[in-house]
Amino acid sequence: MKDLAERVMRGEQRAIARLITHAENSSPIAAEAMGRLHSSSGRAQVIGITGVMGAGKSTLIAEIAMEYRRKGRTVGIIAIDPTSPFSGGALLGDRIRMMSITSDPEIFIRSMGTRGMLGGLTGAVYDVVEILDAAGKDVIIVETVGVGQAEVDIIKIADTTVVVTVPGLGDSIQAFKAGIMEIADIFVVNKADRPGFERIMAELSSMVEISHMPGERGVPIVPTVAKEQEGVSELVDEIDAHQAFLKQSTAFEEHRRRRYEAELVEIVRKRLMNLIFDESVFKERIEKLVERIYAKETDPYSAAQEILTTVLK
Amino acid sequence: MEGKIRVLVAKPGLDGHDRGAKVVARALRDAGMEVIYTGLHQTAEMIVNTALQEDVDVVGLSLLSGAHMTLFRDVTKILKERDMIDVLVVGGGIIPEEDVPGLKEAGVNGVFGPGTPLEDIVTFIKENVKR
Repeated sequence: MKDLAERVMRGEQRAIARLITHAENSSPIAAEAMGRLHSSSGRAQVIGITGVMGAGKSTLIAEIAMEYRRKGRTVGIIAIDPTSPFSGGALLGDRIRMMSITSDPEIFIRSMGTRGMLGGLTGAVYDVVEILDAAGKDVIIVETVGVGQAEVDIIKIADTTVVVTVPGLGDSIQAFKAGIMEIADIFVVNKADRPGFERIMAELSSMVEISHMPGERGVPIVPTVAKEQEGVSELVDEIDAHQAFLKQSTAFEEHRRRRYEAELVEIVRKRLMNLIFDESVFKERIEKLVERIYAKETDPYSAAQEILTTVLK
Repeated sequence: MEGKIRVLVAKPGLDGHDRGAKVVARALRDAGMEVIYTGLHQTAEMIVNTALQEDVDVVGLSLLSGAHMTLFRDVTKILKERDMIDVLVVGGGIIPEEDVPGLKEAGVNGVFGPGTPLEDIVTFIKENVKR
């Protein structure tokens, strides 16, 4: 077990799987191994897939993965589903749509629960991207939760963000409010054989046109029918074209810096939260403060300041 | 540091009855576990592959077709071949009483027939998980 990092770098499935578990549990083993992996990561192409629930993201990802396999590239997939805020449990069902690729040893799929994170991702996702990257996967595909309105965090990880929608959602612009519109490097209209296809294509094109700045790269709209493998190779071409576009400028490096910044902030956040809320010293203290707030002897802001002052000392 | 119990709920073979598996999957989720549900028609090889990549603590097999002696054993056999001996294996479905000893011998740690209260399954997993 002490050579976990090395075994991951050799691409050993068991080691990859185990290290991901350690990362999800924020164990000290993960911190040690991640430190050793960092220098051999950064090679993989990271693709984010987001969009409304039921848009067919998992099916599409299986097809994208197969397309990359045909090109001789290895694939890692991170599929995120929501953790129940009530029980802490999660039902992770993305693999149901990925059955066609579960027998390929060059495709590594990991299902993850959000475990309390908002923004469509999970706290450990940065680690998992690094692990799969260091393990030699050429392409890493991250599938967000699919609530459709608050999943903008994906751009902190992905080189290319693909936003998936489908015809017949009614007011499609509604489905893209709150920032989801701006994060797309590529739009996909999946289930393009359904009624309402022309309408959503027209709406998307006019939206893309309005927000297009002269000199900027236009956002392509790719129609697909993932179930029938239609449009998938065109989509993969667009993804690779976007990757090539990034590499022509400093944009690619900026993306990477943004990811490391997000990862750093996430690690500090997690450690601070653990420090404050998991250490028994503070637990007692918090209980006492709650009592004092309840008795109107202090207020929540002053109490929060008191905790922060102690932590930062 | 907080570890969650991860469970793979799988349906091996050609049996298309997944109601029971889904009910159990939900019960395990409500007990705070992370449940990976893979759908129907899985081969033993696919189930073990998934268990490996997902690093699950438990593999739960559901079968109502009568082929449990063959298919459950296939799964435990491949698990052993891959040295995944720390994975708890449980099975459920229409399983006659007389088959239970044979299944346990083959490495199915818990067998749950029709009418098993969901809490029994949750408790069994919580008490027997191997790591």
